[in-house]
Amino acid sequence: MTLPLIVYRSLRQHALSTLITAGGIALAAGLLMTVWRVKVESQAAFTQTSAGFDAVLGARGAKLQLVLNAIFHLEASPGNVAAADAEAIRRHPMVKTAIPIAVGDNLRGFRLVGTVPDLFTGVEYAPGRKYAIEAGGRLFAADQREAVAGSFAAQRLGLRVGSVFRPFHGLNFDPKAEHAEEFTVTGILAPTNTPADRVIWLPLRGIQTMAGHDPKAATDVSAVLLQLRTPTAGFMLDMLYNKQGNRLTFAFPVGAIIAELFGKISWFDRVLELVAYLVALVAAGSVLASIYNSMSARQRDLAILRALGARRRTVFGAVLAEATVIGAVGALAGLAAHFALYAGVAGLIRAQTGVVLTPWAFHAVLVLCPLAMTALCALGGIVPAVKAYRTPVAETIAPVS
Amino acid sequence: MLAVRQLSKSFPGPDGARVPVVSVAEFDLAAGEQLALRGESGSGKTTFLHLIAGILAADAGEVRIDGVGMTALGEPARDRLRAEKLGYIFQTFNLLQGFTVLENVLLGMSFGPRGADRAHARAVLERVGLGHRLGHFPRQLSTGQQQRVAVARALANRPRLVLADEPTGNLDTRHAGEALALIREVCREQGAALLLVSHDEGVLGQFALRRDFAELNQAAGEVRR
Repeated sequence: MTLPLIVYRSLRQHALSTLITAGGIALAAGLLMTVWRVKVESQAAFTQTSAGFDAVLGARGAKLQLVLNAIFHLEASPGNVAAADAEAIRRHPMVKTAIPIAVGDNLRGFRLVGTVPDLFTGVEYAPGRKYAIEAGGRLFAADQREAVAGSFAAQRLGLRVGSVFRPFHGLNFDPKAEHAEEFTVTGILAPTNTPADRVIWLPLRGIQTMAGHDPKAATDVSAVLLQLRTPTAGFMLDMLYNKQGNRLTFAFPVGAIIAELFGKISWFDRVLELVAYLVALVAAGSVLASIYNSMSARQRDLAILRALGARRRTVFGAVLAEATVIGAVGALAGLAAHFALYAGVAGLIRAQTGVVLTPWAFHAVLVLCPLAMTALCALGGIVPAVKAYRTPVAETIAPVS
Repeated sequence: MLAVRQLSKSFPGPDGARVPVVSVAEFDLAAGEQLALRGESGSGKTTFLHLIAGILAADAGEVRIDGVGMTALGEPARDRLRAEKLGYIFQTFNLLQGFTVLENVLLGMSFGPRGADRAHARAVLERVGLGHRLGHFPRQLSTGQQQRVAVARALANRPRLVLADEPTGNLDTRHAGEALALIREVCREQGAALLLVSHDEGVLGQFALRRDFAELNQAAGEVRR
């Protein structure tokens, strides 16, 4: 009862500084865990997102740009693929499935992507998962001005079955660039937690033949998404298109190309990590400063405890326990701060890329970071605890008479 | 109960030389005995009590409490002995301001052999007339009530010896008389010996056993210089 009572009363006596210090630790721990999880989990989520395809064939350019454009619906298309080339890859014996896509228009910032119905009927976007249309809707007809909206885009744009809209030219929203054609929403995609949720899907011909688009490119596509029959097919096609050819780019494998992106920005991760570590150190330092500064005020209490029979190690332990409790309370509050921060970041990433991070998923850092922060704060408590240990009892408690 | 032999303590002076403060050749107090030591401010009597309590380590000599040589013990053992055998009442009470009345008494008990016995702490506080103030903090009490908390805390562990350093120094005459009577009464009830130091003749006059600390302390002359 003694130690908890001493710690509890001391914390209450210095409630304001305790709260401020614990708050600082909470922010530091929250930041540290969020930076760590966003780094690890976003990398995992991005590299595992392939929409069910092994490779992408596109115009000559950077593989990363091609994958970002065709799979993640980010970035501009590197160019067009001629209909003959698209047909050639579709007929290639090593290709199991070839889905052409065409991009170039948007609806208030959300991309319109032209494709063929086979994408929704024949492709598993994740193992065992196929696209589904929500009840009351249906897939667009390939020869009609119809559309299927991804769940996130539909929710943000207020689209429902029967909604009619006019596309806007270009990938970025410009109110003056409205097309004349009207499209009717025939279905809303069930959520897939992939970038497809942020897209409004149109028939391929709908995009290709829209007024204002170059009539010479009316049969071209932006890219062809490919499922291969064997992994070795990817290496053979890489040789064919990238090394022997010079008109097209074959991006394979999709996950490895995205991993390259994370490799390129790894320096930024390290900077963020460093900042988070420094914040954690500053937080531990604040525990030290907070308790140390209050030591002159509490030395009399510690001397009284010693005069009552408390041993040096008891007062040392009381101060150390106080620092540890402040650290533990801060670290636990840091978990709450982390979930709030992570939910915000995950929402932002989903809105921008369609990639879904799950805030409530367990990660080892959620245990290790609070433990490490608590230990760091306990370490910060050693200096004031030593001061408590050395408290001169006789000089502190009474005037000599 | 208490035996002091050839006890001495000095402190470094401004010029670095050691200044003797306490030098007591022989002092005894029997179990249950109540004795008052007369001493002026600065005469070294608080240091003498600190040496007996083991709060200060002596330069030389011996203090035996209940047959146990305090001065020969290491600091942790001295702390344990103090918690087990001694009760200390300070002039300034030295209550822990962030703790309630009951917690002050419980903390005093918690370092002793019986541990924090809540029922006993309540009973002792009832005995000193503070049963209705258990949850109050010291700052919410009058000076006289604070002194009674200090008395309850010193006696809650059923000590064999109670040391009281000017225990009525901060009280007016009426409250001083009441506090002194209470301390003596409770010590008598518990069979604890009482060693009280004071410069107040009104307090000293209440004791049948009195000694002049200046006569006892051979270093007294040194202190005054």
